Order: sequence, then C-alpha cells, then structure tokens
Amino acid sequence: MKPLLAQLRVELTLLAINGETVLLTVGIPVIFLLFFSSVHVLPTGTRHPVDFLVPGIMALAVMATAMTALSIGTGFERGYGVLKRLGSTPLGRPRLLAAKIVSVVVVELVQAGILVGVGYGLGWRPGALAGTGVRVAAAVAVMVLGTVAFGGIGLTLAGTLEPLVNLAVANGLFVVLLLLGGMLVPLSKLPSWLAELSKVLPAAALAGSLHGSLGNGASVTAQDWTVLVVWAVAGPLAAAATFRWE
Amino acid sequence: MEETDATESQSAVSCNELVVAYGATTAVDRLSFAADRGQIVALLGPNGAGKTSTIEAIEGYRQIRSGTVRVLGLDPEGQHADLVPRIGVMLQQDGVYPLLGPAQVLRLFASYYPGAEDPDALLDLVGLTAVRATPWRRLSGGERRRLSLALALVGRPEVAFLDEPTSGVDPEGRVLIRAIVDDLRQRGLCVVLSTHELAEAERLADQVVIVDGGRKLAEGSPAELRARTAEGSIRFSTDADLDLDALAVALGNGTIVERDGTGSYRLRPPQGTATSAVVAVLARWLADRDLSLSELRTGHSLEEAYLSITAGHRQPVDQLPQTTEPGEASGAVTTRNGRSGGRRRRRRAVERDGR
Repeated sequence: MKPLLAQLRVELTLLAINGETVLLTVGIPVIFLLFFSSVHVLPTGTRHPVDFLVPGIMALAVMATAMTALSIGTGFERGYGVLKRLGSTPLGRPRLLAAKIVSVVVVELVQAGILVGVGYGLGWRPGALAGTGVRVAAAVAVMVLGTVAFGGIGLTLAGTLEPLVNLAVANGLFVVLLLLGGMLVPLSKLPSWLAELSKVLPAAALAGSLHGSLGNGASVTAQDWTVLVVWAVAGPLAAAATFRWE
Repeated sequence: MEETDATESQSAVSCNELVVAYGATTAVDRLSFAADRGQIVALLGPNGAGKTSTIEAIEGYRQIRSGTVRVLGLDPEGQHADLVPRIGVMLQQDGVYPLLGPAQVLRLFASYYPGAEDPDALLDLVGLTAVRATPWRRLSGGERRRLSLALALVGRPEVAFLDEPTSGVDPEGRVLIRAIVDDLRQRGLCVVLSTHELAEAERLADQVVIVDGGRKLAEGSPAELRARTAEGSIRFSTDADLDLDALAVALGNGTIVERDGTGSYRLRPPQGTATSAVVAVLARWLADRDLSLSELRTGHSLEEAYLSITAGHRQPVDQLPQTTEPGEASGAVTTRNGRSGGRRRRRRAVERDGR
C-alpha cells in the first residue's frame, strides 16, 4: 500500500506541476465553456448553448486527461528511461498502472467539479429532476468507460511511439476528436459521411452518452453504449499487446 | 553438474556461457564469470564490448539466448519479482523523473522497499543535500550519477549493478562515488560494475573481467592481470632531448634506454634489478644536468596488461579504452605532470598490433 500511495502522490504531483498538463486538462475545457457559453457562435441546437456545452466539454475533459495527458506523460517517462528504471524496483507494473489510473480519476473528479460549478454559474440546469439518480449513474458509467477507452488509446501511443512523435499525435488526435466528437459542434452539423464515421469513434460515443444522460429529456442510445464498450475493451488490449517499456 | 550448482549457490552473481543476441548480432558471446559477496567485479572493455548487454541480462532486462544467469540463486527473468527487492541498479541512462528533485525521487524509491535507507542520510552521503529540491533536469551530469547511485542503494541491496557509475562525472565526484562503492565491499555487498576506464577498474575492483566483442578476453585481480606483462619498465618524461647512450652508460647493468615519444623515454632494466636503484641513478643523472623530471611511472600497469591482452583481438585505435587519468592507471605512481599520454599510448598500441 505504501508504494502505491507514494507513487500516486508522485503521479498527481507531476500532473499538477506540469503547466501544459494543467492547461490541457483544466484550462482549455474551462476557457471553451466560458467563451462559447457567452459568445453564441456554435450551432449547438439548444436554446442555451451551455446546455449542450457542459456535457460535451465534460467528454472533452475526460479525453484530455485519460488520453492526451496520460499519453504524453507516460511517453516522456518511457523516453527518459523512467519506466525502465522502475522495472528493477519492487513497485511492479500493476501498482504503477494502478497509480496512473487513480491519478487520472482524481483529475477527472476535479475537472467535473469545476465544470459543473462553472456550468451552474452560467445557468446550466441538467435534465428533469425525475430519474436524477439514474441519469447521474449513467453519466458516471459512461465516463468510466470513456476513461478506460481513452486511457487504452493513450497508452498504446505512449508505448509505441517516440516521445516527441507521441506528443504530436496525442495532441493532434485530441484536436481531431474534439472537432468530430460532438463536443462543441453537434454531429448533425457534420457532413453525413463524417458524422457516420464519427459515431464509431469513442469521442462521439462519449459526448453523445453524456448528452443523453445529462441533457434534457434524452437518454443514452444503445449504439453509444456499444461503441464505448468496444473501445473500452479494445484500447487496453491494444496497449497491453503493443506497449514497449524501453 | 552438482559442482556447478554448489558454485552457483555460493556466488552472489553467476553467469555461465551467457549469450545475448539482437537478431543476427551477437552482443554477448558465451561469457562466464562469478562475483561473491564482499567483492567488486568490474567488466572492463571499450564501448560496444557487450558490457551493458551483460549487466542488463543479469538484471533481467534482456532475454538471454543461451547460458544461465543466477543472482542470489534466482533467475533474474523468471523470478524477477523475488529478486528486485534484493538488488540495486544504476542504469546507463539514469531514468529519473525530470521534473522531480533528488529528495522527492529518493523518498519515492524508499517507499518501494521495506526497511529502506533514510533518504536524507543518503542524500548527505552522495553530497546532494544542497540540491535536494532542484529538478533532475537542472542537475549536472555528476549530480545525476550520484543520485542514481543513491537510488541504487536506497533499498539496502545485497547486490548492486552499476553501469558506468562515473561516466560524465567530474574528478571530485569520481572520488566520492569510488569511496562509496569501496565502502559497499566492507558492508558485504556484491558489486558488479562496468567501465571503459582502466583507472576505475584498477582502483575499485577485486576482479576484472576484460571484455571485447562480447567475449571474455581475460579475468583476474588487477595484480594478476598486471603480472601478465613480463617486462617491468620505467617510463619518464623530461623537457630536454637526452643522449640515450650516455644515460645507458650511467645506468650501467645492461639497462636498455629507449625513446618512447617526444621527450618521453622508457628504461628496461634487466630481470632482478631493483627499480628504486635505477630511479635513484636516473634522478641523480638528470639533476646533475639540471633537467626536469616531469613524469615518472614504474612497474607494470593494468593498461599495459590490457593492451597486451587485447592485442591480436579486434582492436581499432578509436576503440581503445579512455585513459583520462593516465598517471593513476599505473602500478606505482611517483610523479606526473598531468599531461595526457593517451595519444602516445594509442600509437604504441598500433605498433603492438602491427607486430
């Protein structure tokens, strides 16, 4: 337990003292939420843009933390030989992985707290009170699935690419999935072929599920559940199969 | 076979006919050696000799193609989890979180081991207390190596593997690192280190394994290896151009006087002559002529042994071990003027090869 807690503290310290990570995981989501809620330039399709933006940006925050930040951090640790060095300590891979997962969850809780707080301040009110418990449970479940899926993708990149290439790919993928993921712009506004493609990607599935669970009078579709589950299985499997420690 | 097993259980580290290969390239070729508790064994050889591949195979990082490796009686790959709490590792690449300071990293590593050393005491030992909070990426090369040494020792290991522990370290840091490593022997640790510096092997090791091209060329204590070179010569430097015949006459006794390079000379007294007597005559002879004595080395050096052992093997000039501290590599040093003799020695090595 002691090694795990010490490792978790270090993982969280690294996330907190790294300016780029804080910008990516907290800065960008909050700036997007504030800006696009006030400046109505996005075709969100809701009466108040904030109603669309809070669930979408929650999905963006999960993707930023579980995929991009995890991937960049782990990629550089691999490049610096940190992972190799840890390989000859009694820490062990399961505890290292557990510390990374818990650190991602902790950051996500902080993000969710901030985004919900800012959203409320901007006038966001989640769906009808009826069935609130079920909706929140569904939102938590899809965020867990999204975290597992994006974490798997992030570790697959970190474990196979050179650190600088990984940095570029993880950031590039973040931008592409942000635009195609129904996080700022609804999928219905995309060309139909692009929207069809997006629907099988984890970003749109996560954003769609969060819109479904937190939005007004909607629910999570079977397709979104399915896509999320498939990515949540495939991502970690790909990482486990391809990750190189050196 | 029983005998082998007995040897293996006695040695802290044993490596028997080890072969490590990357694809078609054989990095380590049937290498065998053993190291006991309280013993420091140095793998000595040029860059690319297979030292790191050997050490990393013993640490469990490399898949071995054939042969057997045991550390504390355990298989480093198959019984990795049982072994790692008992070994300390210093890799060539430090492998430290760049944003964390020495104190943070040491505390983290201390948490991995039950009964770990006190991180603060260890920081003090390696002289990093003043930079305890400085992020790793801002530490000097020497400070990074000293931190890596501390990280290798924090779990109170029974066996320490140090891959080039003093590379990139300034002379002061080298002295400190060597003193710490030397102390490990007193504490009963088994230390396996690699180096391409003769001085380091000679200073630290009880046993030296000379490796090149993945193969063991020789093995023994520094004294045993030195004794392999038959001739005990005296080498000295002076500013003036000497009259070799006059000096030979003054030394008498059939001592051969040779020019070894510009301003540097070599005396080869006949077997059984006391070196001190020859040096006394030489010093008097130079003093009478008002000549300086800027460098003087007597006896067998490990370097000579190394060169004669590796002669005939693959030995391109640019792959000779570095001789950053030429004076310290000799068996008995009296004076030196700090001028590096590296180039001169390389030239000699080529001559040797040519023979």
